[in-house]
Amino acid sequence: MRDGAFGHARGLLCRECGHQVALGPFYACSECFGPLEVDYDFPAVTRAEIEAGPPNIWRYKALLPVPSDIEESPNTEPGFTRLLKADNLGTALGIRTLWVKDDSTNPTNSFKDRVVACALSAARELDAKVFACPSTGNLANAVAAAGARAGIKTVVFIPADLEHPKQVNSAVYTEQLVAVNGTYDDVNRLASEIAGEEDGWAFVNVNVRPFYAEGSKTLGFEIAEQLGWRLPDQIVIPVASGSQLTKVDKAFQELIKLGLVEGKPYRIFGAQATGCSPVSAAFKDGREVIRPVKPDTIAKSLAIGNPADGIYVLDICRRTGGAIEDVNDDEVRAGILLLARTEGIFTETAGGTTVGCLKKLVDTGQLDPELETVVINTGMGLKTLDAISDQVGPAATIDPSYAAFSATGLA
Amino acid sequence: MSVSVRIPTILRSYTGGDSEVSAEGSTLAEVLDSLDASYSGIKGRIVDEAGELRRFVNVYVGNDDVRFLDNLDTATPDGTQISVIPAVAGG
Repeated sequence: MRDGAFGHARGLLCRECGHQVALGPFYACSECFGPLEVDYDFPAVTRAEIEAGPPNIWRYKALLPVPSDIEESPNTEPGFTRLLKADNLGTALGIRTLWVKDDSTNPTNSFKDRVVACALSAARELDAKVFACPSTGNLANAVAAAGARAGIKTVVFIPADLEHPKQVNSAVYTEQLVAVNGTYDDVNRLASEIAGEEDGWAFVNVNVRPFYAEGSKTLGFEIAEQLGWRLPDQIVIPVASGSQLTKVDKAFQELIKLGLVEGKPYRIFGAQATGCSPVSAAFKDGREVIRPVKPDTIAKSLAIGNPADGIYVLDICRRTGGAIEDVNDDEVRAGILLLARTEGIFTETAGGTTVGCLKKLVDTGQLDPELETVVINTGMGLKTLDAISDQVGPAATIDPSYAAFSATGLA
Repeated sequence: MSVSVRIPTILRSYTGGDSEVSAEGSTLAEVLDSLDASYSGIKGRIVDEAGELRRFVNVYVGNDDVRFLDNLDTATPDGTQISVIPAVAGG
């Protein structure tokens, strides 16, 4: 491994027991099975240095486990997506100041390009021969595309019943898309077993997960920078494994610690689909333990029944005074339509879940509508067209004459 | 009752590098005791001080997560494959 392969990272640290492990393709603590996280020795970093960087996640490279020459190796250059002031949606929901962080505009149309870019760097530095993942869809798209651009073999595993567009969006980039008969949790288990047997494989969300997960911090960094180097009062984030929510909180904490933003209280809210809501259920029951579930929801990108970071999501939402909510499939569809009709953003089912939960959090008084709020849209509606294709369509089918158009009453 | 147990990478230091070992027992608890008799200390890595499965380990009997079955009381019929897998993957 070359000097500076992982930037300012100095090792891996168990989040549960503090056990230290050297940098490498390791993800579970050998003492307690707890998750390993990247531990840094951060240099002084200024706003000006970041602002002078490229319009993608590498502007934050000093805060990520990547080498200082990261921009020179082929990658998809994700991030620095738009933060839109969402006045129409805010008015519809009764929220005074609302922003949408729109990650559907990433290279493969989901936030996963961020985490995959960090995993790709780790795979490269560790000299991996195969770049792989178990995925609910979006991740497979991002891994397959990033691997193609980097010239590394990819193998991506998905549940066989995944939405057709998400299958095509992976298969177009790779010859090795493997559909597995089972749920995402079954696919995940298979990947963990393969990772234990095959040398030279970098499974982005298994054996290089500590590096991969750090990529989600860039969502938090960007939101703060785009707000003019300040933190929002409230943020609503979808929860599948829970990694993204956990890392946005870590990003906010790091920005405060490094003096890049002023410290202030903020509330983090998690969003789940009721058909796969193990974390929301634990939150509502006041439990410390997550009971795994068998998913049954149209929000397949959130359908992880045994979420790896679920307990940390519970901790963070409780610590910050937030909450975790869930909505049913009809509310997910309504959320997709609401965001599209108010802000011109076509989100996938995960975004429908998040917008649906935002509405429910306001309606139930859990989220303060007077405080500045950010909602994260993690993906793109074109990948889950079936979810709403029977709800929208032509208002009329007419002959090409003015009389016929007039008769529709649409003028 | 003889069963086969798949060992995750981080526990293979106990099994001399073997990825699959055999053990005895008619329940998961008995199998873990049997495993510990052969590979001293390995049980304490899978089960916590209170005797419960550690929260970041998943154990499967056949294809089923034992948390959907009877946890440590899950039956382990002769010839069953048991897998011990770190839980902190995915997403």
